[in-house]
Amino acid sequence: MRAFWREYAENRVALAALAVVVLIVGAALLAPWVAPQDPYDLANLDLMDARRPPGFVGSSGYAHLLGTDAQGRDLLSAILYGLRISLQMGLAAGTVALTVGALLGIVAAQAGGWVETAIMRVVDLQLSFPAILLALVLVAVLGQGKTQLVIALVAAQYAYFARTAYGAASAERRKDYVEAAAATPLSTLHIVLRHVLPNVLPPLIVVATVQVANAISLEATLSFLGLGLPPTEPSLGMLIANGFQYMMSGRTWISVYPGIALIVLIVAINLVGDQLRDQTNPRLRR
Amino acid sequence: MLGYVIQRLLQSVLVMLAMSALVFAGVYAIGNPIDVLISPDATQDIREDAIRRYGLDLPLWRQYVAFLGRLLSGDFGQSFVFGMPVIDLILSRLPATLELALAAVLIGTIAGVPLGIYAGYRPDSPLSRGIMAVSVLGFSVPTFWVGLILILTFAVNLDWLPAGNRGPTVEVLGIGWSFLTLEGLSFLALPALNLSLFKLAMMIRLSRAGTREVMLTDTVKFARAAGLSDATILRRHVLRLISIPIVTVFGLELASTLAFAVVTETIFSWPGVGKLIIDSITTLDRPVMVAYLVLVAFLFVTINLVVDLSYALLDPRLRRGGASA
Repeated sequence: MRAFWREYAENRVALAALAVVVLIVGAALLAPWVAPQDPYDLANLDLMDARRPPGFVGSSGYAHLLGTDAQGRDLLSAILYGLRISLQMGLAAGTVALTVGALLGIVAAQAGGWVETAIMRVVDLQLSFPAILLALVLVAVLGQGKTQLVIALVAAQYAYFARTAYGAASAERRKDYVEAAAATPLSTLHIVLRHVLPNVLPPLIVVATVQVANAISLEATLSFLGLGLPPTEPSLGMLIANGFQYMMSGRTWISVYPGIALIVLIVAINLVGDQLRDQTNPRLRR
Repeated sequence: MLGYVIQRLLQSVLVMLAMSALVFAGVYAIGNPIDVLISPDATQDIREDAIRRYGLDLPLWRQYVAFLGRLLSGDFGQSFVFGMPVIDLILSRLPATLELALAAVLIGTIAGVPLGIYAGYRPDSPLSRGIMAVSVLGFSVPTFWVGLILILTFAVNLDWLPAGNRGPTVEVLGIGWSFLTLEGLSFLALPALNLSLFKLAMMIRLSRAGTREVMLTDTVKFARAAGLSDATILRRHVLRLISIPIVTVFGLELASTLAFAVVTETIFSWPGVGKLIIDSITTLDRPVMVAYLVLVAFLFVTINLVVDLSYALLDPRLRRGGASA
């Protein structure tokens, strides 16, 4: 573990990316204490403050560092609370997709026969089908709301986990020690849990980091299209969508700052994921 | 071989049936379209007439069987909102999307392959690192955000290009095309660029990986020994050797780009099928949603089938296995 960390720390870019991720997650967690304003409390909002540029000192007496949006909300606070929702969605979708995908992949690899064919056929079909389209359909079908959105994101993403888990599990299953264990009276469940799962987990975690970023990005896209969360829970995507109509008239900050927050978060998670992948890839090891 | 073909065909039909049932059942389970279609103060007679006309009083499975029958005869029903046959509606929007998707994939390939080859040829040069950074961004930054930035830069700040709509088209073979006039091209430029970024990133990665592999082979060693310049080797040998996966991905990507166009079309108000599906989701125009989804599923199943069959043609193991069966 320590060696792994030392190797990770050698890559300056990845280290910086990790720092950024920690910082953003921290800021999002602490939003109620860090943010200048509770953006959901309507009593705090004053339409006199609406659409003011960054640095404007509003009626509540403090400077809006990133300006205000169409309802007179402090944009910095809205972004911090939006990050909370985006991260929440990304993590929830990533965790559920990881569990479902790993389960399906390992079952397929372990069962073999028609079960394997059926599961992997569906997974492959889904991988060739654009995730955004599937998510779009599900959101349209299920309606708006957090649970519905997580279901849509999971359905769009579990296949990547299933593929990875299947590949790792079937490679592990053919190894001598697993076959030796299978020859002993140990139960299949015991072998899977004790021997196969620990070896399947590292590649899955690497996929998970990237998929959390993808889920956040997908959620933002859906919210931007007006098909994501209800307006009462504005994620970053919705903040960007709300600002879009003011862009043409030069009030660009309403869209641009939430967007920058989104991009920085996604790129940072991806960079961390890339480094983890390189470090766990046996082909790059000597 | 024939056995394999029949088996795959049957699988595809099965998948299509499952997909259409899923899409139909799912889409028809949301909301009550009557509330959307008819104003609340319409008389009971008008309501009942509309319910009967759209077949909404029948049980779900009978609606599906009727739907399947109409599907096979190419009849996708009437759009609730536009009041015209769905198939005509989709076909009238399809050329705009096709043009956009083709432009995007072409830009991505023409720019991405040379950049990728260079990045694979000199993996450690600063320029290559820059190219790879672009590719990382292309993969991770959401399309809609890039679209916003493009509008902000080229339409709002610089005022060089129009920010939305399709502009004038030229009729050829009864279909309007944008790329034939300079003004049409100016409308096409931003959406195509927006949609191409993901393809660009993918083409860069693909040709970089291919080039790095090919550069280590004996082919290149011998070509160098024969005194060919590196530029000639890259053009004559490397490009040819990496072209097979690139052509495969080009074909596959063309299809997925049609689907990804949803986001780009919405941002740039491009009047294609992608915008149509978003509009019909928000207005609960169910026949359009169902038809679009079934058509896209059909497109993907067909492409998968063609890819599988052509690999079977190329892969001797599958061919021999099939012949003995």
